[in-house]
Amino acid sequence: MTAAILTMLSTGFVAGLGLMIASKKFHVEKDPRIEQVGNLLPAANCGGCGFPGCAALAESIVQGKSAPNACPVLGAESAKEIAALLGLELGSNVKKVARVRCKGGRTEAPEKYDYYGPKDCHSVNMLAGGNKLCSYGCLGEGSCVKACGFDAMYMDENRLPVIIEEKCTSCGMCVKACPRSIITIIEQDKPFVVACMSKDKGGDVKKACSVGCIGCKLCAKNCPVTAIQVDNFLAVIDPDICINCGKCEEVCPTKAIKKF
Amino acid sequence: MPFFGFRGGVHPDYNKGATSGKPIEVMPVKEGALYGVPLAQHIGAPAKPLVAKNQEVKAGELIGQAAGFISANIHAPVSGRVVALQSLPHPVSGKTAGIIIEASGEQDEILPVNVSEKFQETVLNAGIVGLGGATFPSNVKLSPPKKVDTLLLNGAECEPYLTCDHRLMLEKTEEIIKGADLIRRALNIENLIIGIEENKADALEAFGKFASSYKFELVPLEVKYPQGGEKQLIKACLNRTVPEGMLPLEVGVIVHNVGTCLAVYDAVENKKPLIERVVTVTGAVKEPKNLLVRVGTPVQDIIDYCGGFLGEPRKVVMGGPMMGFALSNLDVPMMKGTSGILVFREEDLPDLKQCNCIRCGRCVDVCPMGLIPSVMDRFVVREMYESLADWHVMNCIECGCCSYDCPSRRNLAGGFKTSKREVMKVLKAREAEKNG
Ligand code: SF4
Ligand code: SF4
Ligand code: SF4
Ligand code: SF4
Repeated sequence: MTAAILTMLSTGFVAGLGLMIASKKFHVEKDPRIEQVGNLLPAANCGGCGFPGCAALAESIVQGKSAPNACPVLGAESAKEIAALLGLELGSNVKKVARVRCKGGRTEAPEKYDYYGPKDCHSVNMLAGGNKLCSYGCLGEGSCVKACGFDAMYMDENRLPVIIEEKCTSCGMCVKACPRSIITIIEQDKPFVVACMSKDKGGDVKKACSVGCIGCKLCAKNCPVTAIQVDNFLAVIDPDICINCGKCEEVCPTKAIKKF
Repeated sequence: MPFFGFRGGVHPDYNKGATSGKPIEVMPVKEGALYGVPLAQHIGAPAKPLVAKNQEVKAGELIGQAAGFISANIHAPVSGRVVALQSLPHPVSGKTAGIIIEASGEQDEILPVNVSEKFQETVLNAGIVGLGGATFPSNVKLSPPKKVDTLLLNGAECEPYLTCDHRLMLEKTEEIIKGADLIRRALNIENLIIGIEENKADALEAFGKFASSYKFELVPLEVKYPQGGEKQLIKACLNRTVPEGMLPLEVGVIVHNVGTCLAVYDAVENKKPLIERVVTVTGAVKEPKNLLVRVGTPVQDIIDYCGGFLGEPRKVVMGGPMMGFALSNLDVPMMKGTSGILVFREEDLPDLKQCNCIRCGRCVDVCPMGLIPSVMDRFVVREMYESLADWHVMNCIECGCCSYDCPSRRNLAGGFKTSKREVMKVLKAREAEKNG
């Protein structure tokens, strides 16, 4: 009995000693700033920056491989703190948000078949090109909502995703989840967006949806700063040029342009 | 010949009575009717269109050239004028590029195919694809890079309702055998095995008469779905297991559908391109039929020819009820792989309301591929494609046995089918990572 206890104790002591020596001898000097930067990051590990987690991004920022504001989730204040910590300059930092470029919910865009499969947009998109007559619009099964890690999205009664802009961190997970690339990330101070993705001709769009862009070019003609391009029967606003006058929303005959 | 059988499988109601006794009827070409010919009726690259708008074409004329190694030629199904090159509705992809031909009054002639010295080239010229439903270009399948010792003829027709292969086996028995014989001699294959499900006694008898003169083995197959699945058939007849992710070629076997053998015979002996096929039209139609239909005929026209709908249709399926596709549009054209058109009314359809999985394990019992559908289903619901890949969803043959037997009516097979594209992305990414 005593012999057993003694053997246990001495084994433990020898092993402990070995570990102590090893930790001293093989000690790797780690930049303390990595931990400091890591503490400033949100610790959400959402992956929105493209790194496996916040710690990996912290290392990359300290090494100068990523910008101090590379974390899409981070508020402007914390980004400034990180920049100050590393002695770096930071450009302007307008909050970005995700926006849904489709207004065709169940009431506006007719369906072509009843769908019984799994509730995810990839699945319905695989079956005869989706269950809506419009082959560009939102499928309404909410894959984007499932992908959002910040609880910033929900599906409304009309089966369209809604983004709660206060909570949205522009991490881009919804953008990746959508099989139809309907969601885009833009600066929050640019509220006017063409909420339609359809490249079909006007007549076909009208058949498939009552709020689709028919490519009439009225918005482009009325925009005072020519911020709108119409290609493939679809208008697109360049947010860098747009001055937020709202003229396009007024003239759009199908109300495809939306003010967020 | 011993019969080995395969694991799993189900016994659905066969419902073949309405059409199994009906001889194949030819659906005539209607003057002025529009035939929409898709350029992608096969697995692989879509064919390249060779005609322009307003061009006159003859039936059998090449209008789409095979583009690439895995692709197939497309011929004009009728004589007439090309009215448009535009997209056509497709049961799976939604839309596909196609050529629309307006049939003229003159339909007697069908241009012959170029019969070349090389057997595979003739098959390519005739635009033959696997007619069992998979529509894999036959010339590729008939150019094996390895030694093949057995040609297995698939006459199982295990899908409920369908009787088109059954009728072909009765009415074109010798032609089918001759087609198989052509393949056997061209590829220098020793054994020819013909497998037919036991419920088609008349077909077994018809083939039995030729067994000694053409030297093949006739195997009566147990009546069980999916007996006609390529891997199941090989296991059942030869007791060989095709390794995961491999082709039957790996175990020295080529499997061909009986209809494909007939097409091969027609191409080589009669110089006939593949522009028509037999399709079973049944369910809630006034006169169920086995019809010989030109490719490109809209489903609506075929149903009209069978007297129209019986009652109020709720679901129209192209193919068999287990593996076919529900249509969202009746303008979908007949394609080379279309073996059936089935019409169901509300009262014919089962309750589709899903409940939670009760972990009864029935899906596991019936899966002929040895998968665990109940677990995979949870990954489908949560969109966990990485895990789906780990649980071998790519091995699923989409037979639908699991969905058929599930007491909670879980939409199992459907989810696996639609998740595969995302799983493919995962597998590609893994492959890329492995190769740096
Ligand atoms: S935006 Fe995209 S992911 Fe979200 S519900 Fe619509 S189709 Fe699905
Ligand atoms: S809001 Fe005004 S400036 Fe911006 S795109 Fe519309 S019309 Fe042009
Ligand atoms: S058969 Fe249906 S209920 Fe039973 S284990 Fe499988 S999925 Fe669950
Ligand atoms: S559909 Fe797939 S998982 Fe279901 S029984 Fe068939 S092979 Fe198995």
